[in-house]
Amino acid sequence: MQKAPRMARALAGALAAAALAGSAIQASADPVEGVDLVVNNEITLTTRAPAPAHLDGALPEVMSGWLFREDATRAMQMDDFDNPAMVFADMGRDLWGTTDGAEGKSCASCHGNIEEMRGVRAHMPRISPAGDDLWSMENFVNNCRTTRMGAEAWGWDSNEMMNMTAALSLQSRGLPVDVAIDGPAAPWWEKGREIYYTRFGQLELACSNCHQDHFGDMIRADHLSQGQINGFPVYRLKTAGLVSIHNRFKGCVRDTRAETFKPGSAEFRALELYVASRGQGLSVEGVSVRP
Amino acid sequence: MRRIATLCAPAAVSAAAITTALTILAPPVLAETAPAAIAWQDGAIAAPLTDSPGDAGRGAELMATRPLGNCVACHEIAALPAASFQGNIGPALEGAATRYSEAQLRGIIVNAKNTFDGSMMPAFYKTDGFIRPGDAYTGKAAPADLPPILDAQQVEDVLAFLMTMK
Ligand code: HEC
Ligand code: HEC
Ligand code: HEC
Repeated sequence: MQKAPRMARALAGALAAAALAGSAIQASADPVEGVDLVVNNEITLTTRAPAPAHLDGALPEVMSGWLFREDATRAMQMDDFDNPAMVFADMGRDLWGTTDGAEGKSCASCHGNIEEMRGVRAHMPRISPAGDDLWSMENFVNNCRTTRMGAEAWGWDSNEMMNMTAALSLQSRGLPVDVAIDGPAAPWWEKGREIYYTRFGQLELACSNCHQDHFGDMIRADHLSQGQINGFPVYRLKTAGLVSIHNRFKGCVRDTRAETFKPGSAEFRALELYVASRGQGLSVEGVSVRP
Repeated sequence: MRRIATLCAPAAVSAAAITTALTILAPPVLAETAPAAIAWQDGAIAAPLTDSPGDAGRGAELMATRPLGNCVACHEIAALPAASFQGNIGPALEGAATRYSEAQLRGIIVNAKNTFDGSMMPAFYKTDGFIRPGDAYTGKAAPADLPPILDAQQVEDVLAFLMTMK
């Protein structure tokens, strides 16, 4: 990226977030240029997209976290045989066909092949069927389990849930993130935006301080991305397992020396909608690989 | 524009401070100024927070240690080559003591937002006014008597090291 757009970005960002003054403008360790994310030599994913109008110029363009990772990590995501997350997505696919609960049903009993779920992830989170709540993918899954299968709800960050959301996300691989932020979703989106710009914790840092004002810069050993969620759940090499969207949020809030919100909380669902909307137009990456 | 005018002539690090670094005995507990009792002048703090002079050696260590100063998370500090992975969120700290007076640097460490409006730099000697403060990096709520990230002596120690950066 050249100097000029970065400058414009930093200025626009400062204006968009009136509560925050702009920060030092620096250009180094920027995202990689001139590379395409093509999976299995077959599926080209969109890793850069024009910033959506609702961002009011807060970002010059939206970028997948993939662009900020090192060569070896990026390569792992380009071939399903090398992508360590695929094992978990396979386990999720197995669960899809596994009977569970008092009704003696599996997900497949009603939904058919898991491929039928193509498109679902791209619109998550969205307003619940009753119209009075905002649901993440996890809520939809648990709703089917408890009300339709007579099975117990899975924990938000349980292996079953993460494997299932991985398998479901994979079905939407390549489709653009497209969440509704108007109508009944509007108040949730506003709430999420407020959280995004709030400087939490003893370090008094907002999501925007790191992921809007300083993406491309280094914070200690970490190369800051825009904090997008189009690749989730992601496989983290550090913990050798999947990480959910809310668990990632929790880690980021904790690192500001703040009291976190709980995975599944209304706050994190609102934040998920807002962050998803910041990545509007990026491809759902199914399951990404991170350090 | 937010950068304040640079005042100069910082005091040299005293030989005594360096000697303290080699002392194995902990310094005696001395009077210190609480965060709320600080006398500010335009983002600067003239009076030391403790009676005991800052120790540059300890300061250097604090600046590279994560739960403490961890200044290298955001700043390049060439004088601390052992601290691997230095960030570039803020400016490199080379020559900080030529750009700011001791009083200004003390103010920047205590609460940089009084110098740089809305700064991303955390306030290291502040105990209230936070939104959902946590108990260090546990993710749990902070105790009622949340301690500052650095105590008064540690602020003076970090300052002593910054004053060597000419
Ligand atoms: C008894 C039938 C039944 C079973 C079993 C069932 N579902 Fe559903 N599911 C439905 C119905 C009905 C809907 C709501 C109709 C709709 O929106 O398509 C739904 C909706 C969903 C949605 C939201 C779809 C969307 O378009 O937003 C997801 C995700 C989902 N189910 C996942 C699962 C999973 C995972 C399982 C197994 C753990 C499962 N379901 C089991 C009937 C079922
Ligand atoms: C102190 C800086 C900092 C703050 C504040 C912060 N994060 Fe992060 N975040 C990071 C770092 C470092 C990473 C790992 C590298 C990267 O992808 O940026 C990360 C990663 C992420 C990721 C994963 C991105 C990917 O592609 O894998 C998401 C999502 C995220 N952050 C969201 C948030 C949200 C939402 C907030 C506000 C609640 C937030 N972060 C606050 C530093 C921060
Ligand atoms: C989260 C990132 C962050 C951390 C951690 C941090 N700083 Fe800063 N610091 C900044 C930023 C950003 C600036 C630039 C001022 C501004 O515009 O906000 C700055 C400015 C400074 C300056 C003024 C530099 C100049 O030449 O203008 C000094 C001195 C300084 N910091 C010292 C420290 C010390 C000492 C520590 C550790 C105790 C520290 N900083 C920790 C982000 C940080």
